[in-house]
Amino acid sequence: MFLQQLINGITLGSTYALIALGYTLIFGVLNIVNMAHGEIFMFGAFIGLILATKFNMSIFSALLGAMVAGAVLGYLMERLALRPLRRRKVSELAPLISTIGVSIFLESLALRLFGPQAQSFPSIYAAQLFEVGGLKISAVQIIILAISFGLMVALRFWLAKTRLGKSIRATAENIETANLLGVDTQKVIVLTVMLASALGGGAGVLVGLAFNAIEPTMGITMGFKGLAVLILGGLGNITGAMVGGLLLGIAEIFSVAYGVSSYRDAVAFGFIILLLFLRPQGIFGSKEQQGGR
Amino acid sequence: MVTRSIKKKGIVSLFLMVLTVMVLGCSSEKSGNKGAASDGSTAKIGVVSYLTGAGAAYGESIRQGLELASDEVNAKGKVKLELIFEDSKGEKNEAINAVNKLIHKDNVLSLIGPTLSGEMFAVGPIVNQEGVPIMGTSLTVEGITEIGDYVFRNSLPDSAAIPQSVKKAKEKFNLKKVAIMYSDNNDLAVSGFKIFEKTLKEIGVEVIAVETFADKNTDFSAQLTKIATLNPDAIMVAGLYQEAALILKKAREIGITVPVVGNNGFNSPQLIKSAGNAADGAIVASPWFPGKDDAKVKSFIAAYKAKYKKEPDQFAAQAYDALQIMAIAIEKTGSVTDRQKLRDTLATVKDYSGVTGKFAFDEKRNPSMDVTVLVVKDGQFTELK
Repeated sequence: MFLQQLINGITLGSTYALIALGYTLIFGVLNIVNMAHGEIFMFGAFIGLILATKFNMSIFSALLGAMVAGAVLGYLMERLALRPLRRRKVSELAPLISTIGVSIFLESLALRLFGPQAQSFPSIYAAQLFEVGGLKISAVQIIILAISFGLMVALRFWLAKTRLGKSIRATAENIETANLLGVDTQKVIVLTVMLASALGGGAGVLVGLAFNAIEPTMGITMGFKGLAVLILGGLGNITGAMVGGLLLGIAEIFSVAYGVSSYRDAVAFGFIILLLFLRPQGIFGSKEQQGGR
Repeated sequence: MVTRSIKKKGIVSLFLMVLTVMVLGCSSEKSGNKGAASDGSTAKIGVVSYLTGAGAAYGESIRQGLELASDEVNAKGKVKLELIFEDSKGEKNEAINAVNKLIHKDNVLSLIGPTLSGEMFAVGPIVNQEGVPIMGTSLTVEGITEIGDYVFRNSLPDSAAIPQSVKKAKEKFNLKKVAIMYSDNNDLAVSGFKIFEKTLKEIGVEVIAVETFADKNTDFSAQLTKIATLNPDAIMVAGLYQEAALILKKAREIGITVPVVGNNGFNSPQLIKSAGNAADGAIVASPWFPGKDDAKVKSFIAAYKAKYKKEPDQFAAQAYDALQIMAIAIEKTGSVTDRQKLRDTLATVKDYSGVTGKFAFDEKRNPSMDVTVLVVKDGQFTELK
């Protein structure tokens, strides 16, 4: 039972990590908490569902389609809700509020377009179960875990070694200086937001597959969990998002398994508060980053 | 300076525009009101329903059941009904706003709804104080009609339905030990849990685990993994269909094959639609059974299917009956404005026979009616015999 619950915790945690990766990318570069990320995630789930059921696409092309849709939404958000504010040098809170606006808009739009009912993927995708020594794990869970770890490694490598990654990091360090040094920061910012949103859209499909309930308000709870992980792991830190997500998932599952299920969220978030007392900058956060711009 | 004055002018003109819109809006609404009021023969009935959000399937069915009943009543021509719908989104404060609007602005004769028991506990006292008769069509929690003399319901309380399904399940599957799961942030589910617990104690079935979840949760792996290791003979679940469907799916996925006895939340075709094969073995007691050999039931199903292209569920059937009962009472009073008289007449309704069977209000304005215990078999609700 302990091992099975650990697997449950890791799979739940890997979905949190997948969402937190998107938050952390945007925060790292723009220093903005993107409150619309949960809704882009929800839109991705719906787009994937429509591609898979209405257009009979395979689940991988549906995943790809959802990522493209996420990237498009991210581009639109950057152009319409973030860039105009950046030009005017407004208060740091303005982009936060503006992304909240985007999230409410997207949620209402989804209610109109897709209806309020919870929908699910046909069960053929989720039904495959592997049994290893009495432990049950579904194919989707393995895919989610593999994708989130894969993404973590790929993102880390890409940011550290490639030219574009370097310009993203330069922009994250200081936009003005990066500009002076010849980095096209506008392009870097658009790319980052699109990349994060594509990740969000893809996460939507995977989480939709794993839990099988896709509805317009699903972004809210998942969004909050992602935010908690962002803080827990350390703002803007990719490894932190990964580890933080897994920790939150395991904490939640174990508080049900070995405690009282009513206190599930209380235990999980109490644990985050405790960790933040010990390490205010998050598990992997560095102190210098806190000062920011 | 120049820019500032322009800005100021802009703000002033914007303000004026908003004002004009508001004034225009008000005046047009007023004239609309008058139009309806001057036509003295139409009874205005306000409906508060859960039309958008996670439980929208319930509200949608209720709306369709009411519309169908209203069409039939209006076609008969003895009384004219006008339904005014307001969406509560399943939230208490939205429901309060909705009844205030319906009572004070639309000046309705009576109210139908809201969809959830928690919402009724919020709006009931307000409506009762205003002296407006209100009838719940989907409220199953204890203590609803105790709110006041103006509060009615035609839905069977869980305290009458759940014990029947539990007893039947025990008889049929020889239950010795069971686990219970319920949503602890939902009034309906908490009350359902208490009734499950009480009934099980009475008939001598041991409860080996109680696990909770919350509305809108999607991951139930921890609770079900825990329950699976205890090997219960059945699982009792109190919650709404969305979570219930996910619980059924997960339970079957991790190899729990025992029957799952549900509360009123299981009473929706949506449960079967979302859970698919996993819904087989779900048990629920319902006054509504579409397979019943009854002319009224058959013609209702045919009319509903013709209008909405889908099968009616319990919520549609109960809403349909509720409006029919309301129409009978209005016809008897002969008035479309007298709320007091309508309340007194409603309380005496005794010999109505509707699609959910023979119906009468007891002295506490609760329904007395028969139930059928249903089990899902091959994706269909069938009678558990």
